[in-house]
Amino acid sequence: MKPAIVYRNVKKNYGTVKAVNGISLSIPQGEFFGLLGPNGAGKSTMINMLGGLANPSSGKISVMGRDVQKEYQEARHLVGIVPQELVFDPFFNVREMLRFQAGYFGKSRENDRWVDEVIDRLDLRDKANTNMRALSGGMKRRALIAQALVHRPPVIVLDEPTAGVDVELRQKLWSFIKELNKEGHTIVLTTHYLEEAEALCNSVAMLRLGKIVALDTTRNLLKKFSTKNLMLRLNFMAKKSLPQSVKNFSYVESDGAYIFQLKNITDIAEITEALKKSKIEIIDMQTLDTDLENVFLKLTGAK
Amino acid sequence: MVTLKTQIIGTWTLLKKELLRFWRVAFQTVAAPVITGILYLLIFSHVLDSRLEVYEGVPYSAFLIPGLIMMSLLQNAFSNSSSSLIQAKVMGNIVFLLLTPLSYLQLFFAFLAASIARGIFVGVCIYLIAIIYIDLPIEHPWFLFLFALLGGGLMGAFGIIAGVWCERFDQMAAFGNFVIMPLSMLSGVFYSIHSLPVAWQGISQLNPFFYMIDGFRFGFFGKSDVSPYFSLGVVALFFIVLSFITIRMLKSGFKLRN
Repeated sequence: MKPAIVYRNVKKNYGTVKAVNGISLSIPQGEFFGLLGPNGAGKSTMINMLGGLANPSSGKISVMGRDVQKEYQEARHLVGIVPQELVFDPFFNVREMLRFQAGYFGKSRENDRWVDEVIDRLDLRDKANTNMRALSGGMKRRALIAQALVHRPPVIVLDEPTAGVDVELRQKLWSFIKELNKEGHTIVLTTHYLEEAEALCNSVAMLRLGKIVALDTTRNLLKKFSTKNLMLRLNFMAKKSLPQSVKNFSYVESDGAYIFQLKNITDIAEITEALKKSKIEIIDMQTLDTDLENVFLKLTGAK
Repeated sequence: MVTLKTQIIGTWTLLKKELLRFWRVAFQTVAAPVITGILYLLIFSHVLDSRLEVYEGVPYSAFLIPGLIMMSLLQNAFSNSSSSLIQAKVMGNIVFLLLTPLSYLQLFFAFLAASIARGIFVGVCIYLIAIIYIDLPIEHPWFLFLFALLGGGLMGAFGIIAGVWCERFDQMAAFGNFVIMPLSMLSGVFYSIHSLPVAWQGISQLNPFFYMIDGFRFGFFGKSDVSPYFSLGVVALFFIVLSFITIRMLKSGFKLRN
């Protein structure tokens, strides 16, 4: 089975700025893949090149074996892209806009039933005949997603789809996207909500300054960078008389909260015992696991 | 996956959308230029009808109509493609077109056909209103058809170039005010170039709008300032050159895919 998306040593320069600097990546079919990175890392440029909104300076990109430049018509049939910005055509209503979009892909009136199904599944039925201008931000976001689906693409790319979306709608959108993934669609998403990427994506690539700094399954990545931390909130005595045996652990302190990096679980007993001997009271205690955000911050150097 | 049928449907969809786009705001895109054209006609014919006879046996008001029709046709053909593209670029919804499998030729044909349609529609409206009270012969209908088609196409292509090139509305307004408007006004809509000093006659003959209007007028009266065949050749040549530039721009993705 051909991979859903392949980037082969892709570079994109804007003048002297290397927006994408030699990325190679293969995303298998059926994957739920996350593309993470701070602003300016090159995520949107990668997506833009995939959809033909920008041409790579060098390298090759293919969608299910179709080169996005040489076989651009076939490649674009295979991918549906949800852009990051809330853009819309102010002249038309939702249904008209979706039918036009399907028509550009050569879909005839027979496809109208699918358009109606997409409208239903995204809860847009009540707004189907409303002009795009009159929709709320959340509704516009749904219409954008619908627009990417009208030609039934096997690969769906979502560029920050939940930016500025309220929690309820975000949950709805994710359950819809998960359903699509279960139906066999390959999903690629960029998001700033790392907990979502952690919950949804099987694999992630982390980008920094146009380069991939990590590429693995989400589970492996979390395992690889796994650290356990102990957070203790201590009384005022700790500031003056924290025992040396406790100071030997790597820790940070902020507003009376001490976060110790543990090498193994028995360190907890050692720390608490030493504090007890020094008569320093423990007000609160919590163990903290590594999440994708910690991995992301470590790898991208973001603060 | 990509067949002739899907390409025809794709092109037709874009054409239909472009037609519907100007029809939705017909008050601005059709009624306004028709009223402007009729006002020109009423004022100039009222002032000059009894004083001026450009061609023998042709009243000035009749002489004026073909020029006004063609001027409106050209301006509206230009406006259709240019405004559609600049709006889509500024609003950002151009991505919906760029993400589709529509080829540069499909984009070209759809935008061009919509421009020609709007130009001709506005021209026909002015004609139908004008003939209510002015007698206007049609000597060579094929010339009318060819000049309307080529003129609309030429300006449609020019509109695509402007729409692709401009990044802001003020740049587009400059195109209209400093290029299209002077070329229209100095093209012989209101006069025969034979009434101008020799030097100005020469300058007028460098203006492609002059040939479109003069040739179109020949279709009505069988009379023109220069040979209609020469005019047809000039207009066809300009159409081919501008189409070539437009297609090259769309193919390269200039200011669209970067």
